[in-house]
Amino acid sequence: MSGAGASSLALEVENLAAARGLRVLFEGLAFRVSAGESLELRGANGSGKSTLLRILAGLTRPHEGRVRYSGAGPGDNEEAALHYLGHLDAVKPTETALEQARFWARYFARPQDVADAAIKRVGLANRKSVPGRGLSAGQKRRLALTRLLIEPRPVWLLDEPTAALDTEGRTLVMQLVAEHRAGGGMVIAAVHGEGFANSRILDLSALKASA
Amino acid sequence: MSGSFSVFARELKLAWSGGGGAALPVGFFAAAASMTPFAVGNEIGNLQIAGPGVMWIALALATLLPMERLFQADLEDGTLDAYAGSGVGMEGIALAKTLAHWIATGIPLAFIAPVLWIMLQGPPEQVLFVIGAALVGSLAFFFFGSIGAALAAGLRRGGLVIALVTLPLYVPTMIFGAAALYAAAGGGDWGQPALLAGAVSLFGIATSPFAAAMALRMAID
Repeated sequence: MSGAGASSLALEVENLAAARGLRVLFEGLAFRVSAGESLELRGANGSGKSTLLRILAGLTRPHEGRVRYSGAGPGDNEEAALHYLGHLDAVKPTETALEQARFWARYFARPQDVADAAIKRVGLANRKSVPGRGLSAGQKRRLALTRLLIEPRPVWLLDEPTAALDTEGRTLVMQLVAEHRAGGGMVIAAVHGEGFANSRILDLSALKASA
Repeated sequence: MSGSFSVFARELKLAWSGGGGAALPVGFFAAAASMTPFAVGNEIGNLQIAGPGVMWIALALATLLPMERLFQADLEDGTLDAYAGSGVGMEGIALAKTLAHWIATGIPLAFIAPVLWIMLQGPPEQVLFVIGAALVGSLAFFFFGSIGAALAAGLRRGGLVIALVTLPLYVPTMIFGAAALYAAAGGGDWGQPALLAGAVSLFGIATSPFAAAMALRMAID
């Protein structure tokens, strides 16, 4: 689905360094991720997993080095078509679950029934008319996941996507990631505990220890 | 494009559904203006001297009240990250949000202005002009205010920062808008100061989304 026509999709990271204040989180980081692959970012709290994801999403500027996507945008566009799901769920307290999914559908210029289908897929069908403040942490996370389904984009950057989710929710995330990879997309995710099936692993703590 | 437009529609709905976003600024504006006769005395002469100026100051300060939450809520709940990560320009987001909040709050402020104008003994035949002046003035106040709101989005209790950053930018609108109101109250020619106030508003609409976008990108960095 998502990766159709993006067989040359790749992410290249060269000599990447990030600092928070005076503390260097990582430096000299280099890796490559291609279509259909997933990369698990592991490491202790504060080792820079979230910062790395934000740099890959273009939200935070790296201290040094560069991030290059190829085949991710329309044409030769350097700007990648990606989804960033941070640990904040971007859920509004006063809008119902369905309204929020439909907002994102309008935002991405997608038809409204895509939002309805996404709500059903993440298991919120019977909670769709509950306002955001009435949703549990796990349900909010499920609602955030609908963005991935509403707008197909080749690159997914997920910050602890299974946090707050129950067993069934974790299975859902694993399924979504597997489907996305099978469709030629790439997934880079900060993960604790159980990881994705046959995924590559980048351990930021180990990297720092060896440096 | 569809991104900014959908954000505009969403903000408009949120501004009204979230417990009446306009209620506090409108209440503040009405209270400030209706306290004036008690403070300066209700002799006709006093009110005619103080009235238009006080009204314009009250309008400016009322527009500052909703500024603190303009971008802060979106920054705190991760919505701004989602917008920024999706490749839609921050300028469009800033423009859409500011315009939506002006419609939700600035327009109600403008429509209560004539009531206060009469209360401050302004000539009743000028009420349409007063609505127009308040619309144009609040537009400038909201857009210049959005720069301060964006700069203070990442700060706890950023209200003071917003006031410090924004009030100097309010000065041209303060001068020309009040001059136009005094001219209207005195039966003089208000055309020139009103046009200058309009020019300042247009300048604010054209430039502040870029400044606010830059500040927002720093806030999420």
